[in-house]
Amino acid sequence: MRKLQNIFWLGAKELRTFFHDYVLLGLVIYSFSFAVYVQASSSSQELHNASIAFVDEDHSPLSRRLIGALLPPFFKPPVAIAERDIDHAMDIAAYTFVIVIPPHFARDVVAGRSPALQVNVDATAMVQAGLGSSYLQQIFTSEIGNYLTGTDAAFAPQRQGALGSPIDLAVRIAFNPNATTAWFTSVMGIINSVTMLAIILAGAAVVREREHGTMDHLLVMPLTPFEIAMSKIWANGLVITAAVGFSLAVVVRQLLGIPIAGSVLLFMCGVALYLFFATAIGVFLATIARSMPQLGLLYLLVAMPMNLLSGSNTPLESMPPALRTVMFASPSTHFVSFAQAILYRGAGFAVVWPEFLAVGLIGCCFLALALMRFRGSVVQAG
Amino acid sequence: MSETGAFFGTRFNVAELSDVSLRYGSTIVLDAINLSIPAGCMSGLIGPDGVGKSSLLSLIAGARRIQEGDVRALGGDMSDRAHRAEVCPKIAYMPQGLGRNLYPDLSVGENIDFFGRLFGQRAIDRARRISELLRATGLEPFRDRLAHKLSGGMKQKLGLCCALIHDPDLLILDEPTTGVDPLSRRQFWDLIDRMRERRKGMSVLVATAYMEEAERFDWLVAMDAGRVLATGAPAALKAATGAQTLEQCFIALLPEARRRGRKLVMTPWRPRADERPVIVAHGLTRCFGDFVAVDHVEFSIQRGEIFGFLGSNGCGKTTTMKMLTGLLPATSGEALLFGKPADASDITARARVGYMSQSFSLYAELTVRQNLALHARLFHLPRASARIAELVAQFELSSYIDQQASDLPLGIRQRLSLAVAIVHEPELLILDEPTSGVDPIARDQFWALLFDLSRNQGVTIFISTHFMNEAARCDRISLMDAGRVLATGTPAALVAARGAPNLEEAFIAYLEEAAKAHEAGAPSFAQDIEAAGADMMVEPRARPWFSPRRLIAYAIRESLELIRDPIRLGFALFGTVFLMSIFGMGISTDVNNLTFAVLDRDVTTESRLYLEQLRGSRYFLERPALKDQADLEKRLLSGDIKAGIEIPPNFGRDIKKGLPATVGAWVDGAMPFRAETIRGYLQGAHQQALLDFARRNGQSAATVEPAVIEIRFRYNQDFDSVYAIVPGTIALLLVLIPAILMALAVVREKELGSITNLYVTPVTRLEFLLGKQIPYVITGMANFILLCLIALFLFNVPLKGGFATLLLGTFLYVFATTGIGMVISTFCRTQIAALFGTAILTILPATQFSGMLTPVSSLTGAPALMGRGFPMVYYLRITVGTFTKSLGFWDLSFNLLALLIFIPILTALSVALLRPQET
Repeated sequence: MRKLQNIFWLGAKELRTFFHDYVLLGLVIYSFSFAVYVQASSSSQELHNASIAFVDEDHSPLSRRLIGALLPPFFKPPVAIAERDIDHAMDIAAYTFVIVIPPHFARDVVAGRSPALQVNVDATAMVQAGLGSSYLQQIFTSEIGNYLTGTDAAFAPQRQGALGSPIDLAVRIAFNPNATTAWFTSVMGIINSVTMLAIILAGAAVVREREHGTMDHLLVMPLTPFEIAMSKIWANGLVITAAVGFSLAVVVRQLLGIPIAGSVLLFMCGVALYLFFATAIGVFLATIARSMPQLGLLYLLVAMPMNLLSGSNTPLESMPPALRTVMFASPSTHFVSFAQAILYRGAGFAVVWPEFLAVGLIGCCFLALALMRFRGSVVQAG
Repeated sequence: MSETGAFFGTRFNVAELSDVSLRYGSTIVLDAINLSIPAGCMSGLIGPDGVGKSSLLSLIAGARRIQEGDVRALGGDMSDRAHRAEVCPKIAYMPQGLGRNLYPDLSVGENIDFFGRLFGQRAIDRARRISELLRATGLEPFRDRLAHKLSGGMKQKLGLCCALIHDPDLLILDEPTTGVDPLSRRQFWDLIDRMRERRKGMSVLVATAYMEEAERFDWLVAMDAGRVLATGAPAALKAATGAQTLEQCFIALLPEARRRGRKLVMTPWRPRADERPVIVAHGLTRCFGDFVAVDHVEFSIQRGEIFGFLGSNGCGKTTTMKMLTGLLPATSGEALLFGKPADASDITARARVGYMSQSFSLYAELTVRQNLALHARLFHLPRASARIAELVAQFELSSYIDQQASDLPLGIRQRLSLAVAIVHEPELLILDEPTSGVDPIARDQFWALLFDLSRNQGVTIFISTHFMNEAARCDRISLMDAGRVLATGTPAALVAARGAPNLEEAFIAYLEEAAKAHEAGAPSFAQDIEAAGADMMVEPRARPWFSPRRLIAYAIRESLELIRDPIRLGFALFGTVFLMSIFGMGISTDVNNLTFAVLDRDVTTESRLYLEQLRGSRYFLERPALKDQADLEKRLLSGDIKAGIEIPPNFGRDIKKGLPATVGAWVDGAMPFRAETIRGYLQGAHQQALLDFARRNGQSAATVEPAVIEIRFRYNQDFDSVYAIVPGTIALLLVLIPAILMALAVVREKELGSITNLYVTPVTRLEFLLGKQIPYVITGMANFILLCLIALFLFNVPLKGGFATLLLGTFLYVFATTGIGMVISTFCRTQIAALFGTAILTILPATQFSGMLTPVSSLTGAPALMGRGFPMVYYLRITVGTFTKSLGFWDLSFNLLALLIFIPILTALSVALLRPQET
């Protein structure tokens, strides 16, 4: 009871202090509003506005039809260039795709000679190159088919058959039917901000007290390191939880208009649990760092990989197996995984509980480590 | 000798201030000051902390921007930039705080050498002057010692050496001896006297908190609350107020309202013989590495006694107190509190002790009431509000009760600290320098409270101080030096034992005795200064607007500091290596190892042939077959599979008959890019399967495939993302890390105070910034070499294009990215703000608008502009171009030119934004 009271009052003080630190306050507001919005507004996950050029040596109705099929929002208006310019244009990355339609292309198609149409792809533009080449393949195949059969159907990526075959492949994308980038990047932006901020808020709160000498003060009072650490964890955790709630409700739902499939309540429980871990690791890092700038540098080395490799940016499956195993020890991976399950797929507690458990356990480990080092670190810095 | 020699012995004033006011925010620091300071003599500013002494000195030195009024120094207007530039080589300014304008990671010799370069002295001149000054100050044996390892007294001597290297006409010293032991203090003033004898025209302007010290000055300014109380020679001031000492004189000068308050009545302490001592220390020792901070300290303190520790900063007072409170474990020996060993984990003992640490250590952002309430709650006082009311009354805090602690005057803050320390009515109070910087009246009030606690409530008080007059009030004191107790006893007994006129002289006698015993300790003074001084006068050199020597001075100094800071250097070199390895391995836009499962409702040769396309693909991994549609949904939901394929019943029969059939595919859309890629793979496999069926049925290829769509992945035939990610990561890390390090380097100077050297020495902003930039450009290039090696040998990404082009591009790029850090640093005040500001302002444009994820050619509107205004766009084309596209110099010349243009723009912007004076 005494312990709980101490933790409560110390945490209340922590909140007051936080609202006086304008730099961190500004950072929190920025990260959960503007940063999330900008990330969601990019189109990094889809084929959008790809720049494309063509060399038309055929000048037939078919070649014009093929070029006319390259439409926004997938492609920018195609630009006609001369064949000798292809290399230079691609070298300076002016276009991601250059299409070459050879002479007599239409004639050869009709004659059944199966001529080749060349699509040059700048393979250094990874996401667009990959998605765009498969789109182009589909578009051209279906346009040529339509030309031969005389139909005039528009291209739809969802439903594609091959020519002259009655067999169809119907691909349905579950949870995000149009594969919109913002659905993914907005929530992942929030998740990245949670990791980044929770660690630094809790860490800075400890280092600030140590630099101001108030930590000495607390340690000569009848308080235990556990109470001091827990007060930082709940207070900073609360700030971030509130920011996440705001960001989800206002930025994601209202401003970006993104529907959320699953239970927001369950997600917020997960956020709170994850914050326990993230603030604990923040306190732990603060016990290692001797000064604020050191904490900042250390933090970059820990938080950036935790975020970038968690699966919130690129797929986890593509990592080398050893690294994937290591990342399974990082709660950020579990956080991304259960956040996707809850928010996109509408999964319930029955599905995500093992990941909740993992996050909680790893959080306890870091709290224990932080407590072991707590007193020593004050001495060291003093 | 310049015309300033004429100042001496005349009525010239070295500085004149008329109607000078200064405010920080809403606080008035200087209030319409009118003052003429005579030249050629030693003038002193006296008064407690926070009355505006330091601000006044920094205005005269030209370090701070003048807000209101006129400041003239050495015959010209200090708001005029040209005059400042002309006189700054003639002014030397030593700001407040031990060694605040020194560089702690530089040795004694390197520090002086740096200042010599700033004043444009040639190597041969510098070498001669450095050895002369070191000999004069007795620092010669410590020439190679790092500044942060010097004692307080030695730091001040080093500061003086740095100030005197250019033979100033006006020497401004801001509290040069605060916290220094009395022997070093006396040596310091003797040194100043000798310097003045040698250089007759020199005016010296000193601020001090020690009234005794001011007795030896020629002319004094007494200040309080931003105003001048009186000016004149010490004797004249004392005579005018009829006071015996300057301290009494100062109190008499204060306005009537301030002088009211309790009179300090010192009652003698009567020990109770029957009681056990409250604190006992036996052979208490504490080492930090090989440095012995506290060396076999012994003492024993009785109940109700006021026991003092007297000594300089860094002599071990604070460390001893921390051991008593249990904050620090002792290396050897023991400390007993209430008869039990001091133990950090003993919560009940802590409730009996009150502690007030050296600096103000309450929560500055809480109000007086909130601070008191928080501590009362943490001690779980049963009648907290009554106790708070009692303390507020006793400490006269009621008029400040709802003010924020950060807004309180210093004396009130100290009272609040004491009130907080005794909120739980402890039996033992440990106070670490509680009254340093407090004005004499507030200090007397504070001591009245201490006497009340000791005499009337039986509280034992253990107090540390570096003021003699404060130590004289204690019942018993220990004199401390370099971790050892020199002597213990009542102040009167200690004075008597040495036959000294006062405590200060007695302490000096003990210190000299100790120094003789440990000859290696304090330096002895060389007396050959007269002989050495003769040819030290050098004409001030012409001050060009740009001097490579000053630039190099900063470059050398910054490099030395970086090399000696293992954390920053480690981060600079190995942070990038670490991040590069992680990113290169972990970030990949390849989509493979995709898990899928099949719901085959047909199970014929045809369905197996169809699925063979997926099963044989290197992108897919098959999981156990699906049971039904519900199983498909469940497993997609849990993330077990990323795709599910359903073959309809009678699929094989329909194919043979040429009837329409639809294969169903469900793809996990949680990650849109992955979902799109899976769709592409599935469609490709589908086409392939149909072609196979057609061939088996004997149809010609052309019927199925009237034209071949030939996809040619240029530059990267295997379409492996490592060839794009690795060059991209190099570009990202070389903007992030150099910019952060550069921003930290500039803001560090602001935080530590050495930025003052930019304000008051001839160094220009351009020299300062470029000089600091050079080491970080070199570090960036070293980083680049390491990153290239990782790319070539760890990730096996070959360099196809010209290395020379890449090297040139990197050089320009690192210059530009450190420039970004420089611009950001100009508006950040703390290192942590600089770090985050730089990280945020570089990561967002770097990842979103520079072509790392989305090609720049696809961007439109504001993002496109943001991208084009950021150097990474151009550098990314260079790294990708040389690594993957095998391009050469002429292919990339436009990008090189673009990077080149960034450099002068960023440099000019930083110079314009960096303030030439403190505001």
